[in-house]
Formats: sequence, C-alpha cells, structure tokens
Amino acid sequence: MTSLDTNKASMPPSQSNQVLLRPIDMTERAPQARRYEVIEAIRANREHTPSIHQIVDPKDSVLSIRGFSLWYSKSQALHKVSLEIARGRVTALIGPSGCGKSTLLRSVNRLNDLIDGVRVDGSMNVSGQSVYGPGVDVIDLRKRVGMVFQKPNPFPTSIFENVVYRLRIDGVRSRSTLRDACESALRSAALWDEVKDRLDQSAMGLSGGQQQRLCIARAIVADPALLLLDEPCSALDPIATLRIEELIREISRRYTVLIVTHNMQQAARVSDATAFMYLGRLVEYGPTRAIFQVPKLPETEDYVSGRFG
Amino acid sequence: MIITTALIHRTPYQRFTRATSAVMACICVAFAAMILAILAMVVVYLFTRGFNAVSLDFFTKLPTGDQTNPGGMLNGLVGTGVLIALASAFGIPFGVLAGIYLSEYPDDRWFTGPVRFICDVLAGVPSIVVGILGYELLVVPLGGYSGWAGAGALAFIMIPIVARTTEEMLRLVPRAYREGSLALGATKAQTIFRVVLPSATGSVITGILLALARIAGETAPLLFTAGYSRLLTTNPNEPFPSLTIQIYQASQNASPAQQNLAWAGMLVLVTCFLILSAAIRFVASRSIRTPS
Repeated sequence: MTSLDTNKASMPPSQSNQVLLRPIDMTERAPQARRYEVIEAIRANREHTPSIHQIVDPKDSVLSIRGFSLWYSKSQALHKVSLEIARGRVTALIGPSGCGKSTLLRSVNRLNDLIDGVRVDGSMNVSGQSVYGPGVDVIDLRKRVGMVFQKPNPFPTSIFENVVYRLRIDGVRSRSTLRDACESALRSAALWDEVKDRLDQSAMGLSGGQQQRLCIARAIVADPALLLLDEPCSALDPIATLRIEELIREISRRYTVLIVTHNMQQAARVSDATAFMYLGRLVEYGPTRAIFQVPKLPETEDYVSGRFG
Repeated sequence: MIITTALIHRTPYQRFTRATSAVMACICVAFAAMILAILAMVVVYLFTRGFNAVSLDFFTKLPTGDQTNPGGMLNGLVGTGVLIALASAFGIPFGVLAGIYLSEYPDDRWFTGPVRFICDVLAGVPSIVVGILGYELLVVPLGGYSGWAGAGALAFIMIPIVARTTEEMLRLVPRAYREGSLALGATKAQTIFRVVLPSATGSVITGILLALARIAGETAPLLFTAGYSRLLTTNPNEPFPSLTIQIYQASQNASPAQQNLAWAGMLVLVTCFLILSAAIRFVASRSIRTPS
C-alpha cells in the first residue's frame, strides 16, 4: 500500500470530485489500540451488522441485493450481502483481495453460472426484475446489464463489428442503424475521434486504453440499465487509467455504474458511493465522501488510509 | 567474457555436465540431419525418375493400359479431386461440428470423454481397415464399387482428424472472448459462431488442410471402395478413378513405359502435397493472433 503523501500526489488536481484524505493525526488515536469489532466478528465467522449510511432511497435503486450468499462448491465466497445501488450514480466496491467484490459483480449478470458448482442464496433485482428467480431469462438479463472486464477483451474483428456486436446478436441488419449506433457509442466512450477513420480495421491494433474504451462502447451501445466494471483500469498505464476514469465520470450522467476496484484512490476519484467488503461480507456502505473522510467504523478508516488490509 | 570464463575453475563434475550437454546437442543435430537427408533422398530420387516422365500427355490423356503407349492420368487427377470434394462435403461439417461440441460443451464430460477417445483411436486406425470396413458397409449395400463409397471411406478418415484439430484450436481461443460475448447477452450458439469460431478460422482451416493432405494420398481405402476406372468420369455412382490407385496399377505393370507413368504420378502427387503443406504453413502463420 502506498503512503498517504504519494496518494495525494498521484491525484490529478483538476478532478472536481476529488476527496482529499485527512492527514493522519497520530495523537488522535493510536492505531494499534483500536479494536476492529466488525472485522473480528467476520474473522470468527460470527454474525455482524454492516454499517450502512442512509444514502439510497429504495425506490431509486437500480440494483437491489438482499441477503445474497454464494458458494464455489463447498467454500462460501459471499455471506448475506445486502446492498441498494442508486440510479445514475457510480458505486464502487472496495476491499482486500479475495473479499468477494468481483464475485458479487459477476453475480449481477450471472456470469458465475459459467463456473461449475456455483450455488447462490438470497435475492437480487435489476430494475425490479429478479436475477435469480425461477424462469429468469439469463440472456435477457445480460442484455440489460453491460459489463467491462479487467483485461480489455475486444473480439478479433473490426472496431465497427466490436461496437455493434450487441445489436448484431439481436438481428439488427440495417447498415444505417448500425452505423449511427456505432458512432454514438464510440462518442460516449470518448473514442470516436481516434478511430472514426479506421472503423474497418482490426480492434487488436488499438492500444490497451483504446481497447478498454472500445469495450465500454460495446457495453453501452444498447443503453444498459446497469454497467458493471470489473477493475477496468488494472491492466492499463496511468494515463490510460486517467482517461477511463474521466470517461466513467462522464458516462455516469447517463448510466448507473457499479465498479470494482482495488485502488482506493480510484474509488475516491470516480465514485459517488462506496461499499467496503471483507471476506465475503459487507462491512460499511455509504457516500464516498463519508467513507473516505468520516467512516463509522475504525476498520474502514484504517483500510481506506492504507493502515489495514 | 571468454577470458573470464576460461579463468573460472571448474570441478570435474561441472566439466562432465558441460561435456554431456555438448554431446547431447551433437546427437540431436545428427538425428535431425538424418531426417532431412532421408526426405531429400526421396524427393531427389522422385524427381530424377519422374521428371522426364511428366509430360503434357500425363495431364491430358486417359490411361490406355497399353505396354508402350500408356497415355496419361487425366481421369485420376479429376477423380481424386472429385473424391476429395465429396469427402470434404461429408467430413468437414461433421468434423468441425464434432470439434465444436468437444471444445465448447465441457459439461457433458461423460459423453465428450468417450467421443474424444474414440476420435483418437479412429485417427490411428490403419487405412486398410477403413478400406475393408468401407467395402462391407458401403460397397456391398450400394451394389458395387463407386465414387460414393470411396468418398465415404475418405470422409471416415477425415472426420476424427478434423474434429480433434478443431477442438484443440477452439480451446486456444481465450476465455475472455467467450465471457465478453456472453456478458453482452449472446446465446451460446451466437458466441460460438460469431466469436469463437471466427477467431480460430485460420487454425481450423489448417486442420482441414492437414486432413485433406492425408486423404489425398490414401490408396488402401479406395482400393476396396472406389475401385478402378480407366474412364474419365464425374459420376460417383460408377467405379471411380483416382490418382493413387492408378499409380498402384501402373507400378504393378512390367512395362517400363507404364512404370514411368507411375513415377510421373508419384511426382505429381508429392508436388501437390508440398504445395498443400506450404499453403498450410502460410495459412497457419497468418492466423496467429495475439489477444492484447
């Protein structure tokens, strides 16, 4: 974990939403003297109550997760997680490796179904429609939920075909419809100007950051209700990362975004709400500003400031 | 650099390991050179015997069976081409679809396991067995030697090769492509036919060409299924000519003219083989994609 000073230095000064971390006041409370009551309960596998700030009006929630648990064969990866994700906001999932944040994200579009021996309990709703209920059409669900992966994964076809893939699988043939959709998605993904003259060239020729923006364009071409981003910058260099972060702020005007990140500064920069997870449980969930500046739990404060985890 | 290494003191064991390493390298080079020499001998011998025998007549005339004026192998060339086309029409769809099944439906392990094993066994079955099996299962029911029976036997040889290479090539397609497609709401079939298969097209074609090269040179299965014909025909209901059988027939003849014709046939066959191999390498080299 980087120290606080470098964290501050790495934050772009132009970011309007940036959250400056408080300097640590060592006299305030000695870190070693703190008791992590929630974390200790989790480690001991006891029941705990996550600390939830009042931020989301349930009526305004796009994704509602209630008591959701998930098992990979015998080992339990998620323990009764409950979360309401607000419409039109960016919500970040943070937590140390193995805390289940990616698992939770991949549960939303049921991509975990592809893994053998996955079992779930509890419920999830995307804009009021059940995700795990009986008779749910997974294909239809995935069409309403866009996803961008850790490593850019454009298909080895042209840039154009990558963007319109989502429409192609719906059987859209009209060249003009496809072209218009392609342009508007690429504009939304801030990639249009860079690729407008070479839409027919292979997407594999783009840089990593461009490929990731292409993947974002591909995911939003059909206006998903929810956009899932699984550590979208972890394979990118700092400049490409900055561009993606700007893009996430930009597209959050039109889309609801749920982002997993291992980079807390990124969560602070791009998100409106932050959920802190640990060992498959939700620990604290609240507005990003509150989580980073006045968290309710000492463990959250120590995690976001790099003293724990 | 050389001076410094020379100055380093080596224990006897270190000297021994270095010496064995050098000896092993020499042995490997020697055996590789031997393979190359054997291949060169075959090609050179074939060219010296066959080059003068190849004439325009070979490509334009039909075999006469005459001792001094044997004619050409036009019907054999056409026949082999038609047989390969017919065998491909059966074999490629079967093989590719079976390969897709083996690669993309791993949940059916109880079934894919045996299918994969049987493919491997079938790919290794001696071709004479395929010939006799073809005789029993195709020639007898169809009432005689025919192009259909020959194509069936060749397809039988082709399917396991195409299936297994297709499977292996599809397995190399990154999982990220499949996940990316499924996450966009594509069905499994759409994912396979729009993303997985297209991104492996080059290597799947390589596998198909390998299978074609294999069946183009088969003789034993055709002997019992397609039979032999001196006529130029494209009607697969009749006994069907093929280059390999004609080479076999001509080489059995005592007359030098007939034997020359056989040499010419072999040269043409091997040349086709070399061209096909070069094409395979070309396609394969172009199909290598590096995902990000």
